[in-house]
Amino acid sequence: MKANSFRWCSGAVLAVILMLPTLGLGQENASEAAFSAALSTLKGASMAERGQAIEQLAAVRQPRVVVVLQALLEGRLFNLKADDRLVIGETVEEGYRLIDAQSAESLGTAARSAMQKIAVTNNLRASLRKLIGRLQLNNDDADVRLAAVKAIGKAVDADSLALLRDHLVLEQDAGVQKAIKLILGLEQLKRGDKAQRLAAIALLKDQASRDVVNRLNGLVEKDTEGRFREPDGEVRRQAEAALASINARLQLYAAAETLFFGLSLGAVLVLAAIGLAITFGVMGVINMAHGELMMLGAYTTYVTQQLMPDSLGWSLAIAIPAAFVISGLTGIAIERGIIRFLYGRPLETLLATFGVSLFLQQTVRSIFSPLNRSVATPDWMSGAWRINDFLSLTWNRFYILVFCLLVFALLLQILRRTRLGLEVRAVAQNRNMAKAMGIPTGRVDALTFGLGSGIAGVAGVALSQITNVGPNLGQVYIVDSFMVVVFGGVGNLWGTLVAGFSLGIANKLLEPYAGAVLAKILVLVFIILFIQKRPRGLFPQRGRAVEG
Amino acid sequence: MLLNGLKNDKVMASVLAALAAISLIVPLCNLLFAPDSPLYFSAYTVSLIGKYLTFALLGMSLDLVWGYCGILALGQGAFFALGGYVMGMYLMRQIGSRGVYGDPVLPDFMVFLDWKELPWYWHGFDQFWLAALMIVLVPGLLAFVFGWLAFRSRVTGVYLSIITQALTYALMLAFFRNEMGFGGNNGLTDFKDILGFNIQSDAVRACLLMASGITLILALLISRRVINSKLGRVVTAVRDQEMRVRFLGYRVENFKLWVFVFAAMLAGMAGALYVPQVGIINPSEFSPLNSLEVVIWVAVGGRGTLYGAIVGAVLVNYAKTLLTGWAPEIWLFFLGAAFILVTVLLPDGLLGFWRRHPKEQKQ
Repeated sequence: MKANSFRWCSGAVLAVILMLPTLGLGQENASEAAFSAALSTLKGASMAERGQAIEQLAAVRQPRVVVVLQALLEGRLFNLKADDRLVIGETVEEGYRLIDAQSAESLGTAARSAMQKIAVTNNLRASLRKLIGRLQLNNDDADVRLAAVKAIGKAVDADSLALLRDHLVLEQDAGVQKAIKLILGLEQLKRGDKAQRLAAIALLKDQASRDVVNRLNGLVEKDTEGRFREPDGEVRRQAEAALASINARLQLYAAAETLFFGLSLGAVLVLAAIGLAITFGVMGVINMAHGELMMLGAYTTYVTQQLMPDSLGWSLAIAIPAAFVISGLTGIAIERGIIRFLYGRPLETLLATFGVSLFLQQTVRSIFSPLNRSVATPDWMSGAWRINDFLSLTWNRFYILVFCLLVFALLLQILRRTRLGLEVRAVAQNRNMAKAMGIPTGRVDALTFGLGSGIAGVAGVALSQITNVGPNLGQVYIVDSFMVVVFGGVGNLWGTLVAGFSLGIANKLLEPYAGAVLAKILVLVFIILFIQKRPRGLFPQRGRAVEG
Repeated sequence: MLLNGLKNDKVMASVLAALAAISLIVPLCNLLFAPDSPLYFSAYTVSLIGKYLTFALLGMSLDLVWGYCGILALGQGAFFALGGYVMGMYLMRQIGSRGVYGDPVLPDFMVFLDWKELPWYWHGFDQFWLAALMIVLVPGLLAFVFGWLAFRSRVTGVYLSIITQALTYALMLAFFRNEMGFGGNNGLTDFKDILGFNIQSDAVRACLLMASGITLILALLISRRVINSKLGRVVTAVRDQEMRVRFLGYRVENFKLWVFVFAAMLAGMAGALYVPQVGIINPSEFSPLNSLEVVIWVAVGGRGTLYGAIVGAVLVNYAKTLLTGWAPEIWLFFLGAAFILVTVLLPDGLLGFWRRHPKEQKQ
């Protein structure tokens, strides 16, 4: 095959590579000429001529050829009547937008009546598909080859099987190899003799694909008259064994998926609760407006996106610090304006901050309307990472998991290594002693509250990527985040992390049996019972500071 | 016996008198005068005032728990809603075959869900006496189990507040489920009769208002009696110095539990009187926000007085009716501001602001 020899050429020894520039140039001119010759044959009237032209085209080593053949297959190749040249048309409102078939030069738009379609028969279409597949198999991009293999696999016949078998020897990429083996194996299982079928089963055992499972199930099932579809007992036994091993792996995948979903839900819970762990855990202040501070963060994301609609990624990067600042400042204002007067009266603090939460909710509702706003997700965060047919992980949840861990690590470092962290811990342990040591407790209180609130804002940015942004966003998470903090143990960041993740996983583990709502209720009831048993949470604080 | 010492408690006496007047005059004016008379109260006003009275009872029940026992329960609305649902079940069974689908036994939503028979917990609710019993028993039992667990393991303060909130939140989620058998999202509605009388008629509305008023007056008198008894004094002591009371040998958890259950029963009765007057009960009654609104009624009126909760409930709800009718978006601003102002500036509520400071009184 010429195409293959070209591949061989390009991958050959140094001497040949050194010769390539001249060789390539000559080849290019020659192939250009062959390209236009084949194209003009294609304009010919008879179907036989067109068939010939297609064969000729396929022999031309030009990247444009695949495009032309594809257009021909899809009926988008036209002869422009005015100047008798082949064009590829794309439907637009006022007719067709035209591109020159050979040079890819844009030719403006034209009406349908100004051109004549190059029609093909079903026979030609079949051979076109094969040719396109073969050309794409020779593409340098492994993804294109994989797509070609999958396209061929949808409708296999003897020719395409031979093509795949030939290609398998040359194929370097593991993913493409695997896809080819899958198609060949499935085919052998259908048509091969006993030895081939057994070999195919052995080959397919390691592939997690819906087709394989369906086919193997077909082997072990009985038909309507109670006879086995597969006559041979040995093959049946092997098929059953293969199915069992595949099923065992599928269970593993299902467990991995549940774990991932659980972790990602846990990440959301941790993000929501971690700011609360600071204000409630370290300062002992119940902040019912915490959810609304998250909502402010989410709306900040929305606004930055409105301000710079062309660069989603950057707007997200700007939204994170912006949300931190906005929610943090709001938090400081709440602390200085209200909470300061209520220290030592936790129940009153709860009520006052609840008032603040209503205020913020209604403010946002008045400014942005009560309707949900949707925040766009950048490309690299949307879609899923498909590991195989049975296991795919969504990118946005994956990034949120990573983001949550980053925020947690950063917060831990702030508390551990910075001056502010030292002062926060000192005030939390013994306010009077800290005051005696010259720590400005009032300022530390404000900054701690600001820090916790800022983290809530950052959590809001993350939330905006997985749910709609609305005035009620915060309310949804407030009960949950309190549960996480209380479950983990007040005043313990690690406890919050462990509690968030374990509640997330527990929720997702229960969901298949109980449904989403009941799972949530069960988890809530569990926490209520748990608090009865251990009122100070999973990791209680010890020492004298607790009593004060 | 219930009226002992009322002479010395002028505010309480006047609140009681006002309540008695309202529950007599409003229904009578509605029934006796023609619609064009200036003394006429419209059917809307009657059910509105009836609703306020049930809210007042709910607020008073929270005041027992919060004002006298120091437990800030953020789930009082749950008991209210449970009582309401029991009443709703009775009213649903009263519809009989007059429902949209005409099934003689099954309520409409069950026919709609393609259920074949009544779930076991719906049996017997066509009897009023059973429903009336359940109105106090169901909230009481939930409060007993929850309180027994919570108080025994000494869950106090904000922790208790948060788990009571979680309780009502969990119940809300549960009642939203169709599988629970309480009408899911839509709840119970389309009521026709109560005790054989048309629920829409003026006379029944007037009677319901009167019943709400009488229940409230009785509950207020009984609660006052309880608070002034030895038990009430111990409860108040628990609020102020729990540890000291415990060291004196009292079983603190039992006292708390008693008050908590009693208040839950009152809240259930309030809910049961509320439902026939508004004609619907759905899971949003369980929402944590509703329970928090009850807290603000009590805080505005002044806690630890009983009548303060009643005044607060009526005032705040009147403001709500006015504001939501006039400019709905203002209502949450108002409520939010009320929370902040009352807690920061008026810790004793409006009545506490007007009354002389309690400490000066003692001197």
